[in-house]
Amino acid sequence: MKRCELLVIGGGPAGLCAAINAAKAGCRVTVLERNPLMGGQLVKQTHMFFGSRKQHAASRGIHIAELLERELAGLQDNVELLTSTTALGIYEDGVVTAMRGEERYMRIKSDALVVASGACEKSLAFEGNDLPGIYGAGAVQTLMNVYGVSVGDSVVMVGAGNIGLIVSYQLLQAGVRVKRILDAAPRIGGYLVHASKVARMGVPIETSCTVRRAFGGDSLEAVETVRLDGDFRPIAGTERIIDTDVLCISVGLTPLTELLAMAGCDMCYIPQLGGMVPKKDENYMTSVDKLFVAGDVSGIEEASAAMVEGSIAGICAARALGHEPADADAALAELRAQLDSLRAGPAGKHIRDGVSQTAL
Amino acid sequence: MRIENHPILTFDRERRVTIFYNGEPIEAYEGESIAAALHAAGVRVLGYSSELHRPRGFYCAIGNCSSCMMVVDGVPNVKTCITPIRDGMRVELQQGKGVIR
Repeated sequence: MKRCELLVIGGGPAGLCAAINAAKAGCRVTVLERNPLMGGQLVKQTHMFFGSRKQHAASRGIHIAELLERELAGLQDNVELLTSTTALGIYEDGVVTAMRGEERYMRIKSDALVVASGACEKSLAFEGNDLPGIYGAGAVQTLMNVYGVSVGDSVVMVGAGNIGLIVSYQLLQAGVRVKRILDAAPRIGGYLVHASKVARMGVPIETSCTVRRAFGGDSLEAVETVRLDGDFRPIAGTERIIDTDVLCISVGLTPLTELLAMAGCDMCYIPQLGGMVPKKDENYMTSVDKLFVAGDVSGIEEASAAMVEGSIAGICAARALGHEPADADAALAELRAQLDSLRAGPAGKHIRDGVSQTAL
Repeated sequence: MRIENHPILTFDRERRVTIFYNGEPIEAYEGESIAAALHAAGVRVLGYSSELHRPRGFYCAIGNCSSCMMVVDGVPNVKTCITPIRDGMRVELQQGKGVIR
């Protein structure tokens, strides 16, 4: 059995910020990441972030991942990074099991845990939705921005939220034709600055419209779209066939909370936060003693918020283990103020409403 | 198809390796995932479902959805979207749940 002081599950923006802050406080930290690269979804985000300089706004996500990794490298005496390592379970006695690659099974006992397992993309129910060529928007982003592989000849995007709009723009940058962006909602969900950018490049955005069927033999060849009325019912006679070899689904994310449910954390269903989320206190500790959460697993938000939450969880976990980070109270007050500012305004209303229902 | 010119990104393609897809050699680059290397070579079907034998490709590309599982060097159920390629690796279409030998 492997032993460590603080175990962080997930090496994305939340997990890395938790590790950095806990390690700075003198805590010895082990980070598990199932992908071969640290950085979570930052490694594919070529767009510049909005928000505040404190969360690296105006930097591209890919560069933020490098910054966080460099910061961790400076703390290497206190940090152990295990990539290609998937956490499998959290048991009653606090033991975490994991697989390193395909062969090595590990059991790990830590004094405290930060679960920052992130989120996964939702799917959409329609006939033929399992055909190869139908991919999550994030998957397409990984393929083209991490590996430099073009996804296909043309793309129809379902979802005009920020991810759908940004990935459409990135597809155009990579030389792929984006035929159309659809959204079932009557208006564009993402920021208009992103929508205008793709519209200026000639991509039609059609609201009150969705995909109904996908056609193809061994992979996608065409899709059927249909317009929707005010109650999201298909309008007969508005079906249209679009030839395409890729359909990209960008209909939101849902937290990856399986490990938390297994650990016995009190959970609640909060639609504004993407589904089942853990209840937590102001230190981001769940109902299970010394089990903290941060980032999308505790509710879907942006990477900027994930970094702040990770920092809070890292400081609080270190404190729970008897370390006293320098100026911890001032740092925590400042981080909480940053979260309030990220969630301010009409765009953050659903987050504020959701988060207010998760308090322990 | 690989992206050659990108306004923001450059791709590290220093070391060429060969992997085998159902016995056929495919040229790829070190650092690529199996699913990315296959996609670049035009391979989208990674397996067939267990009940209805429908074709399966990747969906999430971050190791979550299990739609990309293939038989790699004889081991079934390998998530090819998060497994890096190795020179000489043998990758095969997976039928259903695969067979553990």
